[in-house]
Amino acid sequence: MSTVESGATTDRGDAPLERLLQFGRAAVGNPIAGPLGALALAMIFFSFQSEQFLQGPNLSLILQQTVEVGVLAIGQTLIILTAGIDLSCGAVMAFGMIVMTKLAVHSGVPAIPAILLGVLACAAFGLVNGLFVTKVRLPAFIVTLGTFNIAMALVHIYSNEETIANPPSAMTFFGRTFSIGGTDITYAVVLMLALYALFWFVLTQTTWGNHIYAVGNNPEATRLAGIRTDRLLISVYVVAGAIYGLAALLLIARTEVGDPNAGQTDNLDSITAVVLGGTSLFGGRGAVIGTLFGALIVGVFRNGLVLMGVSSVYQILITGILVILAVSVDQLTHRKERG
Amino acid sequence: MRFSRWLVSLMGVLTVSLALLVGLSSARSDAPAQNTATIKVGLITKTDTNPFFVKMKQGAQKQARALGVTLLTAAGKIDGDAATQITAIENMVSAGVKGILITPSNDSVVPAIRKARAKGVLVIALDTPPNPASAVDALFATNNFTAGVLIGKYAKVLFKGKTPKIAMLDLFPGPSVGYLRHNGFLSGFGVAGITQKDSTKYKTSPDVVCSADTSGDQAKGQTAMETCLQKSPDINLVYTINEPAAAGAYTALKNAGKAGKVTVVSVDGGCAGVRNVKAGVIAATSQQYPLKMASRGVQAVVNYAKTGKKVSGYTDTGVNLITAKPVAGVPSKGLAFGLANCWG
Repeated sequence: MSTVESGATTDRGDAPLERLLQFGRAAVGNPIAGPLGALALAMIFFSFQSEQFLQGPNLSLILQQTVEVGVLAIGQTLIILTAGIDLSCGAVMAFGMIVMTKLAVHSGVPAIPAILLGVLACAAFGLVNGLFVTKVRLPAFIVTLGTFNIAMALVHIYSNEETIANPPSAMTFFGRTFSIGGTDITYAVVLMLALYALFWFVLTQTTWGNHIYAVGNNPEATRLAGIRTDRLLISVYVVAGAIYGLAALLLIARTEVGDPNAGQTDNLDSITAVVLGGTSLFGGRGAVIGTLFGALIVGVFRNGLVLMGVSSVYQILITGILVILAVSVDQLTHRKERG
Repeated sequence: MRFSRWLVSLMGVLTVSLALLVGLSSARSDAPAQNTATIKVGLITKTDTNPFFVKMKQGAQKQARALGVTLLTAAGKIDGDAATQITAIENMVSAGVKGILITPSNDSVVPAIRKARAKGVLVIALDTPPNPASAVDALFATNNFTAGVLIGKYAKVLFKGKTPKIAMLDLFPGPSVGYLRHNGFLSGFGVAGITQKDSTKYKTSPDVVCSADTSGDQAKGQTAMETCLQKSPDINLVYTINEPAAAGAYTALKNAGKAGKVTVVSVDGGCAGVRNVKAGVIAATSQQYPLKMASRGVQAVVNYAKTGKKVSGYTDTGVNLITAKPVAGVPSKGLAFGLANCWG
């Protein structure tokens, strides 16, 4: 390319500048630089527009409000990394909510078993998704479209349209708050951040995680390399389902009810978070932490625009523009890497 | 070999389950057994999941059974899914319905409605008028503006002598019901210059310190109230588009230690909502009657089939203010009435 690098070391006065440039290049190349930068820009913007924005309680609120889509989006990230997609996540979460609360409140099942059964029910949906994607070889879009409808219908049939109130206190544990430096924050936020840390580790440091990237990048080559891709994909969908079950528990903790109408637009919202986070919809590329930033970007805009008194229709407009920008940036950098 | 056997048994299980499902669901349908000369009425709702529409369907089914007519039903997949409604209109016309009752998702169903009417099918809008209102033969609906005015008047008396700081928790951009209830509330509260014709834009007033959208959903209602409290911690009056949003707003108020200090008003009169009035979560709610809309609609179609006479114009199916704490000068009904007449 150029001889700039070799020239810089001769003059000691330029060394810090050169280090800064190298850091800059590395940062821009890092896949989460984009979403993190966008989030930072958004926060700076809103802090100028409203003096309530940058306050501790408000930032805590944004985190709490992001938990629902943020946790769902972890599962969505795993699936999208395999070049799949999951349209059923919100409906499966709602099904989990209803199972947990109905068992506990109407059938007298103790809280912990009820929670486990709810998570299992969500994982079972994941299993169905995984089986149809791998054994029947249907596109994930189509399979999860079907399970989305099935889950939604089952939620309404099983709940009889009723919101189930007064869940046992063990189920609302994660809604309890503790104080950091005078600001209250819920345990749900801590769990969400812990889950992101866990899956960052799993995706980057474990074999299972590396195989997920491999199968998303090139499923045929991965299979020929001896990795059992069918089992891998099924495990991804099942794990994602269990994550949706956790999201259900956290939403019960936040709203204190089992709501059959919960999560109806969460499938698109979670995909938005993944895309804004820099993960490629074609699979094989992306960092799960990016998804957290993507979800936070949406939460920041929704919060900031209300604080500014701007009509919500602009929030929808801005989200759409951001998604297109994010996907374009992803496409352009992808093309550069290829040559 | 193993895979195809597995596949075959899976397909077998699926087919059997489907057959069972179809058998079970048709066992519940209300189609009379043999009568081919039966009058057919169509009911198309926005969704099958909102309890309001579920109740509407139940009301229509009950009336259809009582009158011995066949009810065909359909619904959009989500709020705003007009394409499914258009298909349903066309299919029902082919099936020979005498009349269609519809809650239009949006105005794109109007051409299909016009085609149906041109074929002699009576079309009645329930709950939501299309634009233009003349696109249908008749409208049976709550006057959503009046529903807002009632809770606005209630709040006005309650806040006499106090400084109101109002949060408006709205629906989402688009449906007229959101604008009508919002503007009605402000009009009843005393804001000048608002009329029922303001059905496409939100009006406001200096007393309104925050507005946020809820999609009529409990979790989003909670988020909206939390953010509004951040903006203006001294909010003391909250208008909500419906009772799930109100329930979510109350959770946020409770978490902020403001339960009982902030007045929440709402619209709908669903049974869960009236129970919330009893529990003190909602101070007052305007109750509407989807069952009446549906049963009157079925009756109107049957009248048309038997006499050729079409119903026309707007029939107000009524709204009542339900509260446990009545105020002077604003007529209201108590909890007993509310619970006896609630839906859902």
